[in-house]
Amino acid sequence: MSAEAPVAHQFDSAEQQREAATLGMWVFLATEVLFFGALFLAYTAYRLYFPAVFHQASSHTIVALGATNTAVLLLSSFFMVLAVRAAELKQPKPGSNWLFLTAALGVLFLVFKGFEYSQEIHEGLFPGHAFHFEGADEDHARMFFYLYFLTTGVHALHVFIGIVMLTIFGVRLRRAAQPARLSTSVELLGLYWHFVDLVWVFLFPLLYLAGRAR
Amino acid sequence: MNSVKHYLIILGALMLLLGATVGVAYIDLGPFNTAVAIAISLTKGVLIVLFFMHVKTASPLVRIFACAGFFWLGLLFALSLGDLLERLRIAW
Repeated sequence: MSAEAPVAHQFDSAEQQREAATLGMWVFLATEVLFFGALFLAYTAYRLYFPAVFHQASSHTIVALGATNTAVLLLSSFFMVLAVRAAELKQPKPGSNWLFLTAALGVLFLVFKGFEYSQEIHEGLFPGHAFHFEGADEDHARMFFYLYFLTTGVHALHVFIGIVMLTIFGVRLRRAAQPARLSTSVELLGLYWHFVDLVWVFLFPLLYLAGRAR
Repeated sequence: MNSVKHYLIILGALMLLLGATVGVAYIDLGPFNTAVAIAISLTKGVLIVLFFMHVKTASPLVRIFACAGFFWLGLLFALSLGDLLERLRIAW
C-alpha cells in the first residue's frame, strides 16, 4: 500500500490517508441511508395503514424482471469487488475490465427497468392524470405507485451516476501512468456501487413481493 | 480473506437468498411473509456490508462510521413506528 498516491502533508502515512478517504465515503453513505430511509419509512407507514390495497397494487409489478434485476445487481457487485481487488494488486488492465463489466450490468439493469416502466405507464399505473386502477381503493393504490416510481426512480438515478463513474474510472485506470494511485478511488467507487445494490435488496421484496401469496 | 473464492461463496449465498425470498413470497404464511422477506433482506444486506464493502476487515473507526447511518435509521423507524402502531391500535 506504500506505492500509492503521494501522502498529503496533513497525513502521517498513506494508510492514514486511505482510512480518512474511506471515512469520508461512509459519511456520505450515512446521508444516503437516511435519504432512502425516509422513503422506506413512508412506504412502511402507508403499508401498515392500507395493507390490502398495497398487496393488490404490488401484484401489478413484474416479478420476473424485478428478480432478474436483483440478480444482475448482485452479480455486478461481485464484478465490482474483483475490480477493487485487481486495483489493489496493481493489475490495472483486469481492474478496468471488471469496472467496464460492472458498468455493463448497470446498463442492463436500466434497460430492464425501462421496459418495466414503459409497461406500467402503458397500463396506466403512473400516478399522473392518466392513472387508473381497477380496485376498491384507487387513491391509496396511487400512493403505492407514487412511492414505487419515486423510490425506483431515485435508485435508477444512482445506478446511472454509478455507470458514469465506473466508465470514467475504467478509462482512467487503463490510461494512468501510475495506476496504483487510483486504488483508493476504485475502492470508494466500490462502496458507492455496493450501497446502490444494498438499497435494491430492500426495495425488491417490498415493492414486488408484497401480498404475492394471497 | 479477500480471495476470489471467498467472494464467489458470498455471491452464491446472495443468489440463494434471492431465490429463497422469491419462493417464500408465494407460500401463504400470513403476516410472517413480510417478516421473512425483511429477515432475508437484512441477511443479504449484512453479507454485502461486511464482505463486499469490507467492513469486516475495516479499522474500528471506519466500522463506527459505517454503523452510524444505520443507527440513526433505526431511531427514525423505532420512534415513528412507536407512534404509528399506537395510533393503529387505538383505531382498532
